Order: sequence, then C-alpha cells, then structure tokens
Amino acid sequence: MNENNAPMIEVKNLSKSFGTLEAVHGISLKVFPKQVLVIIGPSGSGKSTLLRTMNWLEQPTEGEVFVDGISLWENQYRINDIRSNIGMVFQNFNLYGHLTVTENITLALRIVKKIKKEDAQRIAMQQLMKVGIADKADYYPSQLSGGQQQRVAIARALAMEPKVMLFDEPTSALDPEMIKEVLDVMQLLVKEGMTMVIVTHEMGFAKAAADEIIFMDMGKIVERAAPEVFFEHPACERTQQFLSQILKH
Amino acid sequence: MAVNDRLVTPKNKNGLQSADEMQLTKKDFPWWMVAIGVIIAATFWLIQVSPDFKDAFEIIRAGLGVTITTTICAYSIAVLIGLVVGLGRVSESVVWRNISTIYVEVIRGIPLLVLIFFIALVLIPGLTTALSALGSLLTDIGLEGIGAKLAAIENKSIPMNARAIISLAITYGAFSAEIFRAGIQSVSKGQMEAARSQGMSHWQAMRHVILPQAIRNVLPALGNDLISMLKDSSLVSILAVRDITQIARLYAGHSFRFAQAYSILCVLYLTLTLVLSLIVKLIERKMSNERK
Repeated sequence: MNENNAPMIEVKNLSKSFGTLEAVHGISLKVFPKQVLVIIGPSGSGKSTLLRTMNWLEQPTEGEVFVDGISLWENQYRINDIRSNIGMVFQNFNLYGHLTVTENITLALRIVKKIKKEDAQRIAMQQLMKVGIADKADYYPSQLSGGQQQRVAIARALAMEPKVMLFDEPTSALDPEMIKEVLDVMQLLVKEGMTMVIVTHEMGFAKAAADEIIFMDMGKIVERAAPEVFFEHPACERTQQFLSQILKH
Repeated sequence: MAVNDRLVTPKNKNGLQSADEMQLTKKDFPWWMVAIGVIIAATFWLIQVSPDFKDAFEIIRAGLGVTITTTICAYSIAVLIGLVVGLGRVSESVVWRNISTIYVEVIRGIPLLVLIFFIALVLIPGLTTALSALGSLLTDIGLEGIGAKLAAIENKSIPMNARAIISLAITYGAFSAEIFRAGIQSVSKGQMEAARSQGMSHWQAMRHVILPQAIRNVLPALGNDLISMLKDSSLVSILAVRDITQIARLYAGHSFRFAQAYSILCVLYLTLTLVLSLIVKLIERKMSNERK
C-alpha cells in the first residue's frame, strides 16, 4: 500500500452517541485506495455504527468523515451524489422486494445515474455474471436463497461503479453452507483491487483478505495490525481474550 | 368436490396432518354466503311477485346512481388525501408531521354524522364567504379577472351532493392516511437505507422503493375502507342528497310501507357490499399467491 496516496476514506476523531449511549468514541482511521480494512469486535462494540457513518447513514455526533477527500459534514447538501460512489452491502441484504433481480440493479442506475434502460440492463447482466447468478435475472428476491440474495446485493452495489465498498456483516444472516459463495465473490473483489471496509466475524476471510485489521471494543479501537501479526501475536489482552473465545472451537 | 378430495388423501405417512391440511379442514364451506344469497334472492323474488315490493324497489333503485357515484368520488379523493397525509405522518419535517397528525386526530375524534353537518353547513359556507370576500378585495385592487370569478362564488352555488362528497372525503382521508402510514411503516427500515445508500433522495426512495411495497401491503385494508364508505354514504341522506337511503326514507314516510322500503334498502346495501368484499377477497388471494 502506498502511504503517499490520498486516503479514500478518512475518519477523524469520530464519536457517535445514541442518547446517553456512546456507540463510537473518538476513532480515527484511514483507508487507502485498493486497501481492504476489516473491522472485528464483539457485538455492541460500535463497528457497524462506525461503518455506517462512512456513508452518512449515521451522522456522527463529533468528528469528521472524508470520502475521497470530500468532507461529508460540509457536503451534506449533495450527500446523494457522494453516496452513489460508495457501495454498501447490508447484513439483511435489503433487496427491493417488489422488483426482480435485474430491476433491483437497474433502479438506482436509472434514477440516480440517469442511465438509459438498455444500458442499465446490460450493466446489470454483466454484474450478475460476475457474481455468478445471471440465470436468476428475472426472479424475485423472495425466490432466492440467502446467499444468492446477498450476491445480488453485491452486484447491485457494484453496478454503481463505487470507489469504495462497505460491507456490514455480509454473512451474518446466512446459513453456514451459503457463506462461502458470498465470501468467494468478496475475495474476487479483493483481487480486482476494490477498496473495501468490511465488518465481519469471518476470521478466516479476514486473515486471507485484509491488509489491516481493526479490533474494536466499547466504541474504541483496541488494536490495529496486519492480519499475520493480529492473529499470531495480538498485543492487547482484550484482543487475545476475544480471539481465544471465537477460535476455540 | 376438489377441496374434499384433498382432505381425504392423507399426505403424511404417519397420519398426522400437516399445517397446510389443518388449514384446509378449518376452512368451512361458505354456508354464510349461501344464506346471504338466499336472503337476497328471496327479496328479489318478493319484488317480482308483490306489487308493493315492486313499487318500492322501482322508486328506491333510482338512488343507486347517487349512492355509487358519491362513494366512488368521495373514495377517490379520500385515497389521495390519505396518501398525502400518510406521507406527512412519516415525513422528516416536524411541521408536516404535526399538521398531518392534527388532521387525523381531529377527524377521528368527531362522529362522522357530526362532521358531515359541520363540513357541509359550517366549513363550506365559511369558505365560500371567505373566497367571495377575497374576490371583492382583488377586484378593489384591480385584479378584476380573478376577483370577479371569486366574488361570484356563493354558498348556494355548491350543491349538497358536492358537500356530501367533500364531507365523506375529508373524513375518510384521515382513515386512509392511517392505513398508508401503517403500510409505509410495515416496509422494513433496511429498504430505505439501501435506497439511500445508493444515492436516492428520500423522496425517490419513497416513490420507487417504499410506496410500491407499502401500497401492496395495504390494498386489502383500503378495500375494506371502500366497503365502509359505501355504507357510511347513507349518512349523507341527512343533507337531503337523494341516495338510496334518502329515497327509501321519503318513500316509507308517505306510503307507510316501512317493511318494504327498509327491507329493500338493506338488501341493496348488502348486495353492493357483498360484491365489493368478494372483489377485495379476490385481490387479497391473488396477492398472497404472488408472494409465494
């Protein structure tokens, strides 16, 4: 990774409170182009909240978020424009239930990017082939398995040609045998050099794909390290404890 | 009968009924529909054989057009009001949310009959007076074109039929607003987040993602509202609108054939609502099949 590049995402001293509960406390981080950042941590540690501030789905209480050098605070009036460059994949897929797979992908292309119908459909087909479910183009989301739905969700995000992709626990709602097909697609994106921020519990994937791992607890970054270091020689006691809990079985 | 065949063929080898089969056994043959059908048929038979019934029917029937057009017009306006106010109820703007809530709560807190009196005999006359005053004012400051038109509006120029429609529409607008609100809230929050994360504006997400799913969810409820409105349209008879109720009242009043007039009135409403509820059931079934 080239530290001289301008960061794709920069979070500066960011805090987010929900009422009296402080979910994220004073976090700063940078994600450089083509870098894959994996955020792990116990539930309630604030990792999803942190991720969701990166496309302004959550407004931070304090601090700053820059995406591709643009301050989100100062550019809220054109947040829709900025968001169209940030792909997001959710834990529960959130496919549009009333639309077919193709229509799920073409909707934002057409109304946000103003792309013509035929072109949008061509883009949709390309993305569906990439995630390996072109044969389901005319199905409705409810007719697909969880793994297939999540792959459509990834294709939908990719179709917008984002500069960065955010993944919020993309495999947590899946049956075990469907996790691999989603991770395979994500691995493909890593190889293609997509900039990615991933919140996940999949340690094997984190180890293989991440350039950097951040371990969060109680809204703070406890440890940040390259995956080899993180898994082999975690420095903090809290990290060791967490890893021993989840790697025990 | 096909349904019974499926009942006697056990699908599970262990002899236990699956959830699907239990549902089928619970579903009665619609005897109730047969009974209502017999009542309706008997009444129409009476109309054929009894001159009194025939006379009453011929006269009351003349109000069907008014009842149906009042219902359809008022319902269409009510759905439009409901959509706008329903969106207001879930709006991001405090002002819109509060205005919508005030409307809904005020309407729901007043009996329909009282509202009809108030809207038709207080609100609309008040508005016409205000408009014609505005018209005179505009004429005075030189805008004679619009001014003259507004000044010409008189309380009398708004017929009772229109007042009845406006009253029903304003009332049912509040009911359907609540239906739309519930429908919008029934769509999971993640749908809005996904749409916003792709760069859609709040309104684009509402229009292309949330509303299509919300409306699909509330179609049966909206259908039931239409049935309720058909029945409540009888209340406009107090404004002397010549719907079937008003005509039946007048007819019974001077012919003293109360039994004939009101039996026929009941059966007419029953027929109309039964037809409507069958249509609503069909739509519901079609939609639940589509979801599978």
